[in-house]
Amino acid sequence: MSELRELYQQVILDHNKQPRNFRALEGATHSANGHNPLCGDRIKVYAKVGNGLVEEATFEGTGCAISKASASMMTGVVKGKSLEEVARIFDNFHRLVTGDPKANTESLGKLAVFSGVCEFPARVKCASLAWHTLQAALTRAGSTISTEGSGAEDTVG
Amino acid sequence: MSSFDIEKIRADFPVLRQKVHGHPLVYFDNAATAQKPRIVLDAIQSFYVDYCANIHRGVHYLSEQATSLYESARGRIARFINASAPEEIIFVRGTTEGINLVASTFGRTRVGEGDEVVITEMEHHSNIVPWQMLCEEKGAKLRVVPMDDRGELRMEEYARLLNGRTKLVAVSHVSNALGTVNDLPQMIRHAHDRGIPVVVDGAQSVPHLKVDVRKLDADFYAFSGHKLYGPTGVGVLYGKRALLEAMPPYQGGGHMIHTVTFEKTTYGELPHKFEAGTAHIAGGIGLGAAVDYLEAQGLERLLAYEDELLAYAEKALAQVPGVRPVGTARHKASVVSFLVGDVHPHDVGTILDQEGIAIRVGHHCAQPVMEHYRVPATCRASLAFYNTREEVDALCRGLRKVKEVFG
Repeated sequence: MSELRELYQQVILDHNKQPRNFRALEGATHSANGHNPLCGDRIKVYAKVGNGLVEEATFEGTGCAISKASASMMTGVVKGKSLEEVARIFDNFHRLVTGDPKANTESLGKLAVFSGVCEFPARVKCASLAWHTLQAALTRAGSTISTEGSGAEDTVG
Repeated sequence: MSSFDIEKIRADFPVLRQKVHGHPLVYFDNAATAQKPRIVLDAIQSFYVDYCANIHRGVHYLSEQATSLYESARGRIARFINASAPEEIIFVRGTTEGINLVASTFGRTRVGEGDEVVITEMEHHSNIVPWQMLCEEKGAKLRVVPMDDRGELRMEEYARLLNGRTKLVAVSHVSNALGTVNDLPQMIRHAHDRGIPVVVDGAQSVPHLKVDVRKLDADFYAFSGHKLYGPTGVGVLYGKRALLEAMPPYQGGGHMIHTVTFEKTTYGELPHKFEAGTAHIAGGIGLGAAVDYLEAQGLERLLAYEDELLAYAEKALAQVPGVRPVGTARHKASVVSFLVGDVHPHDVGTILDQEGIAIRVGHHCAQPVMEHYRVPATCRASLAFYNTREEVDALCRGLRKVKEVFG
């Protein structure tokens, strides 16, 4: 059970049950669809960017507990961050969930609850789907990304 | 479950002996691929160790031996599904290639602009996409037989869909996502009454039913070796001889020809006409060994045990709080598809895996079925004759643990 408890920490279960910022965003400047065809997860991430900062981010869709909690926490964390900071956090988060020893857990703050994911390789895509989708939204509006793409820079995992 | 010596059977499957995450492996993903008995592994190894050679062209000893074993496997597989001759057994990579072969040869010559191809709502993607591609190419229309909420095809709708423009029916014998056993005899009769040929996706039926292609009067019947306790990468397309003979070849190359000049090539006889290139020789021989195993154990005995186990599993799962079955057809084989409360199947799969239990979670390559039930995915436990009641009990305990984790 211990690895499972590591994966499904209370914070994650809580965000799964009551996802924050779980809605379409009126006046969004950026949005993108994310799709994991292997498990059927589909999300849409919205962002409102002004003065180089993410003023607000929201999401909609269906997914497992890990992908939903990750999206929920992400939308909170990126609020008020610059696009460069968002990219840096994502990079660090990706290191965390793939078990890269260079991950800086401290700087991730609350997102460190996803550290258990690295013990479950099949679930890395779930944890990173929302982040990849946000990245796609911020870099080119209105695109769809898939976890099973072929060699595209926004391919997940 | 009486005289059935399950421990003896399990001992024939080396992979089942292991522990996963500290628990004995419980393998309930048989609809994805079944495990292989020792006799199959030995047959594959023996080809490479004892008589590895190419077939049908050597005059030397090893080649003759390999050819004879490969062709003998074809013959045993033909008898296993009661084909009228070994030539009606075309070796392919699997069910998917079998269906694609029919679509791109028989389908291409038979279906034209304005014609219709009938499939069903419960098909696996491999029995949807090839027909969709064919219809797009020809300007034909794909018509879909709907199913009800139990997961049974609506036969009155099926009868209504067949008309003068229908050129072909493609249907699965057993649904991989729901376990529904379709009333194939009736469906084939209806189609034949109107002179319409029927292609059957037999991927899930050949391992779990006694299949007699002649009694069914199926025109084509495709299945995979690896779901029938044989190796991956090999499967079978059965076709009625007259149809196969009239069809253009599938791929061009070596072995499928009679004579080749730059002006004109004449094609080989059945089954070689459809088997260009060097075959998966070890695969064909391994699949022959799998069939031998099933016959030696007594297929009917194995299937009777499996049916009892399925009934036990359905009853046991129904008693786990929060478990909801998806697909409750009156006639089912091997598969139990279900949901656990509002927990996403992917999370259920991870928690069960920690208990050493392997099930499939996802859309099972049957997205229209998920669409029907308005769910993104289901959990699927698929049984084989080497599974036990104790394993079903372990699954139920694992599902209670899902509740514990998710509260």
